[in-house]
Amino acid sequence: MVNVTINGMNVSVPKGSTILQAAQRVGIHIPTLCYHPDQSIKANCRVCVCEVEGNRLLQAACSAPVFEGMVVRTNTPKVLEARKTIVELILANHPQDCLNCIRNGVCELQTLAEELIIRDNPFELMIRGYEKDTSTPSLFRDPDKCVLCRRCIEACSVVQSVNALGIEGRGNNAMVVPTLGKDLIDSPCVMCGQCIHACPVGAIGEIENIEQFLAAVADPETIVVTQIAPAVRVAIAEEIGMATGELPMDVFVNGLRQIGFDYVLHTNFTADLTILEEGNELLKRVKEGGTLPMFTSCSPGWINFCETFYPDLLDHLSTCKSPQQMFGALVKTYWAEKMNINPAKIFSVSIMPCVAKKFEADRPEMRDSGYKDVDIVLTTREIGRLFRQSGIDFSKLPPSNFDSWMGAYTGAAVIFGASGGVMEAALRTVYEVVTGNTLEDVNFTATRGFDGIKEATVDLNGLEVKVAIAHSLSNARKLMDQVRAGESPYHFIEVMACPGGCIGGGGQPITKRNQKRVERIEAIYLEDEGLPIRKSHENPEVKVLYDEFLHEPLGHKSHELLHTHYHDKKKKYL
Amino acid sequence: MAEELRIVLRNYGKIDPLNIDSYIALGGYKALEKARGMDQKGLIEEIKQSGLRGRGGAGFNCGQKWQFAYMAPAEQKYVVCNADEGEPGTYKDRLIMQNDPQSLIEGMAICGYAIGANQGYIYCRGEYPYVVEVLNQAIAQAKDKGVLGDFDIEVRMGAGAYVCGEETALIESIEGKRGEPRFKPPFPPAQGLWQKPTIVNNVETFANIPVIVDKGAEWFAAIGAPAYPGTKVFTLTGDINNKTFFEVPTNTTIREIIYKLGGGIPGDRKFKAVQIGGTSGAFIPEAQLDTPVAFDAMAAIGATLGSGAVFVLDDSRDIVDVVTRIAGFFEHESCGKCAPCREGTMRTAALMEKIEAGEGANDDIALLEKLGRVMSYSCLCGLGQAAPTPVLSTIKHFKADYNAKLL
Amino acid sequence: MDYQGIIAKYKDVPGGIIEAYHAVQKELSYLPEEVIVEAAKIFNMPVAEAYGVATFYSYLSVEPRGKNIIRICESAPCHIAGAAEVIAALERELGIIMGETTSDGKFTLEYTECVGQCQSTPVITINGKPYAGVSPAQIAAILAEYR
Repeated sequence: MVNVTINGMNVSVPKGSTILQAAQRVGIHIPTLCYHPDQSIKANCRVCVCEVEGNRLLQAACSAPVFEGMVVRTNTPKVLEARKTIVELILANHPQDCLNCIRNGVCELQTLAEELIIRDNPFELMIRGYEKDTSTPSLFRDPDKCVLCRRCIEACSVVQSVNALGIEGRGNNAMVVPTLGKDLIDSPCVMCGQCIHACPVGAIGEIENIEQFLAAVADPETIVVTQIAPAVRVAIAEEIGMATGELPMDVFVNGLRQIGFDYVLHTNFTADLTILEEGNELLKRVKEGGTLPMFTSCSPGWINFCETFYPDLLDHLSTCKSPQQMFGALVKTYWAEKMNINPAKIFSVSIMPCVAKKFEADRPEMRDSGYKDVDIVLTTREIGRLFRQSGIDFSKLPPSNFDSWMGAYTGAAVIFGASGGVMEAALRTVYEVVTGNTLEDVNFTATRGFDGIKEATVDLNGLEVKVAIAHSLSNARKLMDQVRAGESPYHFIEVMACPGGCIGGGGQPITKRNQKRVERIEAIYLEDEGLPIRKSHENPEVKVLYDEFLHEPLGHKSHELLHTHYHDKKKKYL
Repeated sequence: MAEELRIVLRNYGKIDPLNIDSYIALGGYKALEKARGMDQKGLIEEIKQSGLRGRGGAGFNCGQKWQFAYMAPAEQKYVVCNADEGEPGTYKDRLIMQNDPQSLIEGMAICGYAIGANQGYIYCRGEYPYVVEVLNQAIAQAKDKGVLGDFDIEVRMGAGAYVCGEETALIESIEGKRGEPRFKPPFPPAQGLWQKPTIVNNVETFANIPVIVDKGAEWFAAIGAPAYPGTKVFTLTGDINNKTFFEVPTNTTIREIIYKLGGGIPGDRKFKAVQIGGTSGAFIPEAQLDTPVAFDAMAAIGATLGSGAVFVLDDSRDIVDVVTRIAGFFEHESCGKCAPCREGTMRTAALMEKIEAGEGANDDIALLEKLGRVMSYSCLCGLGQAAPTPVLSTIKHFKADYNAKLL
Repeated sequence: MDYQGIIAKYKDVPGGIIEAYHAVQKELSYLPEEVIVEAAKIFNMPVAEAYGVATFYSYLSVEPRGKNIIRICESAPCHIAGAAEVIAALERELGIIMGETTSDGKFTLEYTECVGQCQSTPVITINGKPYAGVSPAQIAAILAEYR
């Protein structure tokens, strides 16, 4: 332990601690900007500077290690002047449009300006004048707002191993740009949106589809139908001032009716359906000597990643569409028929924890219903905005149930939202299908948790199935390289592009700490445990769907509507 | 005093730089042989006792730095020569490298032995491609002669970035990255090139080493100012009669350099200011000319010895014009990594341009002072910390030039 | 140009990407996209990073430039020695302004900071070769060597 004095208070901290960590121990909050709790130390914003006795230079609290007898002062006039001046400098080239910025209220720079009591900025406002990049349907870049903290670069390179972002130029001309200074759409970007969570300001954000939604609601002829992804409920609570997981599903459903949805259905329904299709696809591949290991295909960032970086391994991807797109294909065919609604009138909106889903919905191949299967995708954050716009007090809102035929779901579908959930859900079903026995304990805990790569071996009546689970694309890359080298020992691999799975998706409430992702995962498993049915093949509405419409997994109709194919999208510079 | 004393330039003009034999004929590589006969600790102690301090700008005790690297436990260590001399008005490292490359190579090899490194790098600035050729030839000759033993040296060429003179930026550049400084600690003697213990010393520092080993610490420590012993090479530019270079003991005064060695100001002009140590140095007025150039004496008047550039301005010069140009230099050379330097150098340049254009007010001067103050102790590296010095020192000593241009 | 061959020569040089860029620029005077992509592959780094390196250093360019690169030092010692007049003479002689390339692709005019030839100012360099103490009157003769 090392003894340090901070603002006159003595504290003992482990050797190797930084001033920032030591200050936290004595309850002193030192403002930061480039600091990110789950990333490497950057020390480039210099906002956290402090005075250390015996040193003329101020020390960055995030990077300076403590030493025995160190005397630190965190709020002297010299320190306050320095911090304030630095933030004034950053603000002086930052567009002053906080009021209509996508990060209004959830902006670290805004918070800093408030904490440092910035009033009249002595530096003249000089906006750098970069063009906004709106080349993708998922993400925009607004370089004028960039504070050059480089957290997005680390999210993209270290967490995701995508390396779509880097620094161009030097000095005041330095800017974070996609590869070779191109637009995002021409970079290797997979649109996972992890950069959004890393960004302290509004320099990268989701492309909003709120206007299209409101226009559809306003049109009396249009029937606005929604599906909610499994990871949304636990996180939407954070957007409306409740604790993670605290918003009951049926109250959430009513909230959606309040903002104008005519029918509220659930992606969980097609998550259960995915298990039946994908589980059977796995068994078929195992039995018939198909390409193994088979990878899950629900995560559109992951699909983009495969198409961009591993086009030679596309055969390993399950041909199952994601639950979102299965839903989209069915809502304008099966459900429309069942409800006797003209599918041309249906405006299909999905609510997703994901920004890559926006890109997925726009894929030209996703029109198997004869229409655009999913018209627009709204993220959890956008739904939060719509709830706030409508002024709904969820503590007083009565519950409401899902609408029929595509609203029923099981616990197996719920856990799709957490890394390992698809695998666990698949095992619950595959076990019973293969062995014919009833699974007494449905909890496959080996598949749970926040470890980057998890693995398990399951004995299905003598058939040993080796499975692996990866979340974050850097972890997925390791498994893919194994496959490419012909050394993969697995039969079935689940990959989610985002850390923690969909609960950590790029469309979720801004999430700086992985700890928040862990909380959401806990809420997901709690929901699963509370449900009466926890195996996908026991979903009553899925049974009806097979009886009346699809007839069998992997059947003719399934192939037409529920399965897809992938494309080599290797960029010439990769 | 004010006599030239050539230690690092001891062989200047006396040898054929492209022929190692002529270096050896004048006693070259005897020091390396002697060093290798000493134990490493003893050798480092000798360097420490000599009082030699880094000639690159920070003025750290050379032997002490070596000791850190020596003590750092690692299989692989590196010796890096900082030959990225980028301070405007400075060319002393070029003089050494072009005229006596073997003295640098010998100094590096001694360092390699002392700290236990068998690989050296010379990072030569991209502005000196012709020097790179000289160095490569000199290294090849030293290898052929076998004088280096198992010590190897590779030359790397920079590509036009002043910030790479900062030792951690230089290391990043050798690693093939953007030349952006790292935060410190860890310092290079603990974690430097490829995260291995690394000594980074300037060309002039290394060129001192063989002589110290040869003649002993005591001899060296007795030269010049006691706290910063030895000599310093100065390059004189601007309004000065002898636009050339001199090597003098460190207790020589600025006045002696300008008037005795430099021959004073051309024509009938009067002295106005001198900037010492390169473009990040302070502008010094007439009243402080009797300051000795030694590191600490300069620090006491808020100036630096830096690279030894001596840039003289006569009374016809407009300080605001010159400082505006210098502010432009820093805006161009900031690496852009840390916010106060990236934004601060740009703002300083903009404010200086505003004043230079006759559009400035007292508020702008006050803002320059606040900004400069904050940059000087908040920026990540020496570049940003030193960049405000010309502005702050001229506002202090030459306020009249500013006032003349205010609204 | 066999840029792949040039870059490959440096593949065993740790951190040798800058050396490789220099070598390519000796032939081409700038770094086209395919060079950056190839260098990223050889030095096992993301293209985004190789591009970051290429755009960091003043002497590297990702934009096409002329065959002969003329740099004029604008650092303070050259500035007060009349660099502006030399610039004016160069611009006049070549019919372009600073930062531009002549239409025949022969010359590019660039600013540089100090090139360490300050014993005689102002200084220009052409393809790295320094010309110290140049006056506007000398410009035409100096350029003639390269025309």
